[in-house]
Amino acid sequence: MAEIVLDKVTKRYPDGALAVQEVNLEIADGEFIILVGPSGCGKSTTLNMIAGLEDITDGELRIGGQRVNEKAPKDRDIAMVFQSYALYPHMTVKENMAFPLRLAKVDNATVEKKVKEAAEILDLSQHLERKPSNLSGGQRQRVAMGRAIVRSPKAFLMDEPLSNLDAKLRVQMRTSVSRLQKQLGTTTVYVTHDQTEAMTLGDRVVVMRGGVVQQIGAPQFLYDQPANLFVAGFIGSPSMNFVPATLENGALRSVIGDVTLTDRIRRLVESADAPREVILGIRPEHFEDAAIVEPAKLSAGGKFTSHVDVLESMGSDKYAYFNLTGEQAASAELQELAADAGSDDVPGDGISLVTRLSSASGAVEGEPADIWFDADKVQLFDPSSGKNLTYTER
Amino acid sequence: MAGISGAETKAKRIGWGLLNTVAVIYALVPVLWIVSLSFKSSATLTDGNFIPREWSFDNYRNIFATTEFIRALVNSIGIAVIATAIAVVFGTMAAYAIARLDFPGKRLLVGISLLIAMFPQISLVSPLFDIERALGLFDTWPGLILPYITFALPLAIYTLSAFFREIPWELEKAAKMDGATPAQAFQKVIAPLAAPGVFTTAILVFIFCWNDFLFAITLTSTEASRTVPAALSFFTGSSQFEDPAGSIAAAAVVITIPIILFVLFFQRRIVAGLTSGAVKG
Ligand SMILES: Nc1ncnc2c1ncn2[C@@H]1O[C@H](COP(=O)(O)OP(=O)(O)OP(=O)(O)O)[C@@H](O)[C@H]1O
Ligand SMILES: [Mg+2]
Repeated sequence: MAEIVLDKVTKRYPDGALAVQEVNLEIADGEFIILVGPSGCGKSTTLNMIAGLEDITDGELRIGGQRVNEKAPKDRDIAMVFQSYALYPHMTVKENMAFPLRLAKVDNATVEKKVKEAAEILDLSQHLERKPSNLSGGQRQRVAMGRAIVRSPKAFLMDEPLSNLDAKLRVQMRTSVSRLQKQLGTTTVYVTHDQTEAMTLGDRVVVMRGGVVQQIGAPQFLYDQPANLFVAGFIGSPSMNFVPATLENGALRSVIGDVTLTDRIRRLVESADAPREVILGIRPEHFEDAAIVEPAKLSAGGKFTSHVDVLESMGSDKYAYFNLTGEQAASAELQELAADAGSDDVPGDGISLVTRLSSASGAVEGEPADIWFDADKVQLFDPSSGKNLTYTER
Repeated sequence: MAGISGAETKAKRIGWGLLNTVAVIYALVPVLWIVSLSFKSSATLTDGNFIPREWSFDNYRNIFATTEFIRALVNSIGIAVIATAIAVVFGTMAAYAIARLDFPGKRLLVGISLLIAMFPQISLVSPLFDIERALGLFDTWPGLILPYITFALPLAIYTLSAFFREIPWELEKAAKMDGATPAQAFQKVIAPLAAPGVFTTAILVFIFCWNDFLFAITLTSTEASRTVPAALSFFTGSSQFEDPAGSIAAAAVVITIPIILFVLFFQRRIVAGLTSGAVKG
């Protein structure tokens, strides 16, 4: 067990592609850290550099206080779980799990004992003599985990280990990965492009974009205080709503209603030296059906009226979708997010809005509804730099 | 519905079975004919019976009585085994590089080897004859081994690179992460997975060398290097007036045996779909 430190680590591939740029990251001993970001942002490259499968172009990587840039993977004492599982097809489950121990010249009795223990933890005891080709996806995944845990390495690296499983199994395995990590207390770096996995699994989440770290923090913190538009749009499902807005004499005007800024937000905006034109970001749960908001709160927020485009009732609450007339919020970050979600070619006429209303709401699909939002929950972003103008450290 | 489809599949099965039987008989009759000939005595050789009326081992005794056939057999085995070994070793290296690495001139290399494979061998016979005579390779083992390697290499490279491409390279990375040195990763993971390909290639190359007649007849002149296919054409009966067909048949049966053994021996190692289950899919 050990802490892992990335000190200005950079990767440039031989063909000139700059995959990872000056990543600084300190992973504490026993921490479960998630690397998340859209496809091609350099997550796997970062992980492979920690593993030793890719050379580090620049910067330093330290494991347990020691520089390991030049060490071969086998001398780093790190185990890895691959997206494809990479099980050895000519070996049985047992031989697969014993392989790292055999290479380390561990004696037979200990190998037997450790493999048996790992198999019990992972519920593989009855499959030990089978070949990987005869196992289900979930079982193969567990064998891959087993191969990683048998030799109690300093750290686990996992590259999208669940992405080949179907949705239900993925949720199941997500909890078992989490439980396993807690149980073993081994430092873990986990790569995913699924923001739900990022939110639920890690102690801390690293959001990457184009090889650059955007923000590092606890999942809840990233959700509440995204440092920029990219993190704001990436974390959370359904994602944050973005609307162009204008700041004028302490008031905020936009298609979802005009509000006076709360004192807290006004102070932040002033110290951040905000431009006149901003992007307003607000999460779906900060909307409510105006008809059921207490009168005292009603004045402390904005209001708009529009036809409900689609209404989805979840039982516990209702998702109401709106399409407001107006220009969409434009920024490079938002475009990239839309491209990653595969929705960039949807004809984007008007502003689409997702709101989460309580189940008591009387909103009806196709009928107009009065929607209120909490003025203290808005986040304001600079459209040119993408920076969050209402960001606070705590 | 189920009944109809059941009947359908049954009819289909019978149809296929019939077709298979015809194909197998068609392929096997000439072989069995040779076997039958080899067991006939010279008197009954031309009686037209499929099953010999009296079984005789004379033909076999005859061919092994002289050194002519035994020398040829030794030549055949030696030359084919050496050529196969060299072609497979070099073919493995080349195929590994082609499947695994990107290097300048890769396409050219693949193109040239394809070209060699397609080159009509007959047009090379006279130049090779002259060259080998000039170099003193004519009628020697290397004189046959070299052209065999030349023509077997493209075959080996093609079959092997197809096999190498099938091996998920992530396995090599996984082995490295599990603590293997590059040599251990190759020995314990890549080699066992590549083995079926290597054995398949070895069989194909061996058969190619073993069966060759064109080079064997043109590039040899004495027992020193004449292989069985060439030696067969020099067979005579024990007297000038005797039909050598019985001896030829016996020799033909004898030279089929190594091939059958070779295939049976390596077939156990060729387990299709060995790599399935390594990665998802
Ligand atoms: N071997 C390579 N040679 C050149 N460029 C590469 C190589 N591998 C990756 N890249 C580039 O580096 C960037 C980061 O790739 P990486 O595989 O780390 O992305 P990722 O975040 O893991 O994406 P995904 O979610 O799709 O797996 C990409 O732009 C990719 O094109
Ligand atoms: Mg990746």
